[in-house]
Amino acid sequence: MADVIEVGAARGDAPPPAAGAARRGTSADRAKRATPYLFLAPYLILFGIFGLLPIVLGLWLSVHQWDFQLPNRPFVGLDNYTDLFSSDSAVYADWWQSVRATAIFTVLSVPLLVVIPLGLALLLNRSFPGRTFFRAIYFAPYVLGVAVIGLLWRFLLDANLGLVNSLLGAVGLPADTPWVTDVPWAWVSLVGVTVWWTSGFNAVIYLAGLQDIPAELYEAAKVDGASAWERFRHVTLPGLRPVLLFVITTTVLASANVFGQSFLITQGAPGTETRSVVWFIVEEGLRDNDAGRAAAMSIVFALMLAVVSIANFRLFRYRED
Amino acid sequence: MTTLRRTALYAILVALALVFVTPLVWMVITSLKTYDAAQQIPPSWLPDPLAGYGYEQVLDNSQNPVLRWFLNSMVAATLHALLVLVTASMAAYALARLRFRGRGVLFALVVGTLFIPPTSLIIPNFLIVDTLDWIDTLAVVIVPGAASAFGVFFLRQFFLSLPRELEEAAVLDGANQWQIFFKVVLPLSKPALATLAVLSFLTNWNDFLWPIFVLFSPEMLTLPPGLGLLQGSYVTDYPVIMAGAVLASVPVLILFVLAQRHIIQGVSRSGLKG
Repeated sequence: MADVIEVGAARGDAPPPAAGAARRGTSADRAKRATPYLFLAPYLILFGIFGLLPIVLGLWLSVHQWDFQLPNRPFVGLDNYTDLFSSDSAVYADWWQSVRATAIFTVLSVPLLVVIPLGLALLLNRSFPGRTFFRAIYFAPYVLGVAVIGLLWRFLLDANLGLVNSLLGAVGLPADTPWVTDVPWAWVSLVGVTVWWTSGFNAVIYLAGLQDIPAELYEAAKVDGASAWERFRHVTLPGLRPVLLFVITTTVLASANVFGQSFLITQGAPGTETRSVVWFIVEEGLRDNDAGRAAAMSIVFALMLAVVSIANFRLFRYRED
Repeated sequence: MTTLRRTALYAILVALALVFVTPLVWMVITSLKTYDAAQQIPPSWLPDPLAGYGYEQVLDNSQNPVLRWFLNSMVAATLHALLVLVTASMAAYALARLRFRGRGVLFALVVGTLFIPPTSLIIPNFLIVDTLDWIDTLAVVIVPGAASAFGVFFLRQFFLSLPRELEEAAVLDGANQWQIFFKVVLPLSKPALATLAVLSFLTNWNDFLWPIFVLFSPEMLTLPPGLGLLQGSYVTDYPVIMAGAVLASVPVLILFVLAQRHIIQGVSRSGLKG
């Protein structure tokens, strides 16, 4: 939005005096006209090679049988795509198992990652000594990479040596749960670790949104005798709607792109049941050298995510009406 | 707030803090145990005897050169952050302040790529870095990520929020665009530049998916793929694995403590753009 206004304003401006005085075609003028492109050049080189080219190349790869090891890379039309949907192809079962795994993880993790951080943000959205400290503590796991938290939780969830089972045993609960090797526990672990890891991130986004809700609205609601729940329902939630949409959309995308947690914590177990789509794609493309098929999967996957994101937007727009 | 409610609030806050912090504390405790102590069931809360075993294994290890990985990560994340700062700030300035043909289209194109999940470009990007002969060099973890549109978008928003008066005054003084950019705009943008630098450093330091497929030689790895290798060779020798995890965590935790304001602001601003 800002862009449209700003461009309009810039066009309306009189040209700066220097540019107006310079004659068309002088070298100083040429240099001046080249300036914007010189500013852009370093980024555009990177963007062209690693941002745009891969999109085109991905489409190209997806219609070829492309093996990094083999010189012949024949055009195969839409075979790589149709294979994903025909149950007699070699890749069908593994592909849909990874889609199923990703869907389960996303459906289980997103509601928790939307609600729990909101609770944290509401807790932190008042003034008390130590507020910044607690916010930092809740956010801290997020600054660690997935490799660190993956190794750490693989250890904590170890059925024999792990802290989790030992704590459960200490309070009289079963102490032999196979957290990382069997379902449904593996799902509980993957979702739980992700909630622990990224809740602080969403909480910080909510906090910024909460601080944008004018205090007068709460005062007015109080004067009208609204209860705490009614204030939450009729002031906080409507005020948070744009932020909520942002959190839901980005969290769905982040969860659907899960890789490191299942790669390191459950290592796909049991069998390959918790292997995610992203993991299966890179495995197929870079370990099994079938880049064409992996590219086709990437594109189908990106389209699936686009459909989910658009559905999100529509759902929220309708609610607003 | 009544005393009772205040006490309840702190009780909840502290209980939650324990949930978030205990795993990290446990990582440090375990890294200071001996192998035998870490095999105890139930595990003890204190590393007794206090042992340098895990760190000795990690720091003097020819098969898993953890120090080398640490150095590689430091070099890669620093150079990546610098590359992002230079390229994104220049492009963002052009998109925010300069007039040229195709500006609208270009901006739409750049922002459009924000909606493409980066994971879906991994296969073609692998082919590109392979063609460039960058596989198994640090360039492969430094350069491609800098094509992300986030930095350009983030800084452009910031530049648009700067008052134009100072730049206009500089134009009247005869400054050209380069002088305005370096002497007026960049100095005014220090907080935003710091935020972007810290976020870029963190992202690069923590990146796992890309480096495990493009770095192979033990001496070329960065820490995240290296930690995966360490887990593979030590399996349940947890003091060693946790010592590696601690080494990978310390720099980013220090950065978080020092630059907390920048990180939190960067994150909350990214939410408001939606």
